[in-house]
Amino acid sequence: MPLRNYPNWGLLVMLELFLISAIKIAFVVGVALGAMPFVVLFERKLLGWIQVRPGPNRVGPWGLLQCIVDGIKLFFKEEIIPDQADKPLYLLAPALVVIPAFLVLAIIPFGPTVHVLGRDINMSVTDLNIGILFFFAIASLGVYGIVIAGWSSNNKYSLLGAMRSSAQMLSYEISLGLSVVGVLLLAGTFDLRTIAEQQAGGFWHWYIFQQPLGFVLFLAAGFAETNRLPFDLPEAETELTGGYHTEYSSMKFAMFFISEYINIMTMSAIVTTLYLGGWTAPIEHGLLPPWLAGPLWFGAKVFVLIFFFILIRGTWPRLRYDQLMAFGWKIVLPLALANIILTACLVALDSPWWVFCLAGLAVIFVIDRIVTMLRRSTLRAA
Amino acid sequence: MLLEFLKGLAVTFRHIFKPHITVLYPEQKRVDAPIFRGKHKLNRYADGQERCVGCALCASACPSEAIYLEAAENTPEHPVSPGERYAELYQINLLRCIFCGYCEEACPENAIVLGPEYELAGTRREEFVMNKEDMLVKPEEGFGEYDVEAVHELPATEGLP
Repeated sequence: MPLRNYPNWGLLVMLELFLISAIKIAFVVGVALGAMPFVVLFERKLLGWIQVRPGPNRVGPWGLLQCIVDGIKLFFKEEIIPDQADKPLYLLAPALVVIPAFLVLAIIPFGPTVHVLGRDINMSVTDLNIGILFFFAIASLGVYGIVIAGWSSNNKYSLLGAMRSSAQMLSYEISLGLSVVGVLLLAGTFDLRTIAEQQAGGFWHWYIFQQPLGFVLFLAAGFAETNRLPFDLPEAETELTGGYHTEYSSMKFAMFFISEYINIMTMSAIVTTLYLGGWTAPIEHGLLPPWLAGPLWFGAKVFVLIFFFILIRGTWPRLRYDQLMAFGWKIVLPLALANIILTACLVALDSPWWVFCLAGLAVIFVIDRIVTMLRRSTLRAA
Repeated sequence: MLLEFLKGLAVTFRHIFKPHITVLYPEQKRVDAPIFRGKHKLNRYADGQERCVGCALCASACPSEAIYLEAAENTPEHPVSPGERYAELYQINLLRCIFCGYCEEACPENAIVLGPEYELAGTRREEFVMNKEDMLVKPEEGFGEYDVEAVHELPATEGLP
């Protein structure tokens, strides 16, 4: 934002900056916190529909007030701190999980730069030139909260969940970071706003078409990072009665819950920005003013991804722990490295976009065949 | 492998649009089988007299000892039942009852029958002890004259959705 030249009015400039930031922060946090209960409700509804039942439909029309009632219920539940818990850490853990979840929201560009009252305002809380690195740095802090929660609860299920989650998140973080390098090689920047702007002008510019392999890998690693099915081993209700948050109740549990869904939203937002063109329209239309069309397209894309998250939760079973580790280290990580090499070579050769697309799809196909054949032979041997 | 995963997703995606099979209970109610064993009814004859003759075979057949009754002699002026005696006090404790239907089978007069009523919730224990007035079929409900044998011939699933 260009600073206007106020002679001796430094304080005013600061105030202006502060105000603009405050409004943007309030907007982003408000939208995220306001949408979160509806994401939960949507998830429950959709899981219901998948299972041929209506889902929550008692409170309000179509159960729309269910999410609010859930929140009220959590507020008024009894706060229980186990006697054997390590109290300071036990109280610290939910905050350590929630804070990184919200911090990542700061770098997500949800709209274009708009011109308001003579100022250029970027529709994002902040545009870091290291945006995607900030995402990796902060997102990986979330694991501390989970590990501390599991440790301080002094419960074997919590501890097992925390152990699983630390191993899982550390493993998949590497793959997550490496699978995005393809996009970074194409974009030549870490800045999420620039990455999104480069994909403007139509859906065929989206990086998903140049990075199909990277997209699949990023999505898989993203599911593992957000502890979603089929990688929800840290929670694993059927095995660990709830995993790392078994001993948490009331609002402390709600904080884990909120952070999980905020993480889903940020992960969807990051995938949208990196691979699906961010706020840019799939087809240039000019029907709506950019300050409205941008956030709407962004929201629509995020919604589709959240839908996909939930559909997968309703479909695929949870992986076994060794399968999870094998998948992470033996498939996702080598493929992410292969994707980097492939993309680097193609970038060096100055290939057109369809070469990237075909090369990525070919790798996916070949690996898929190999894995299928290996699996068949092991099944035959067994 | 990936193809199989996507096939699975397609299956669940199709299910989203299928009609739900849930019976939305308080608004919709299932049609019960004619031989459903719910809350007890005490039948009457068409002239309004009670079928129960106070023999207490139901009470002795009851495996959970939920039935308590005290019999009294009929007076010729005001006969309550066509037999010599009638049930002056007839109580069933629904908290003890297991709805096995033995009382129904033991009854020589087809007086006690398990009806279709299954909404038996209550907030106090006393509410679950039913007296005669709770079970006797009202005159406007046709005194409960019915063909017991025919009902028992029906297959168990008939009338279910």
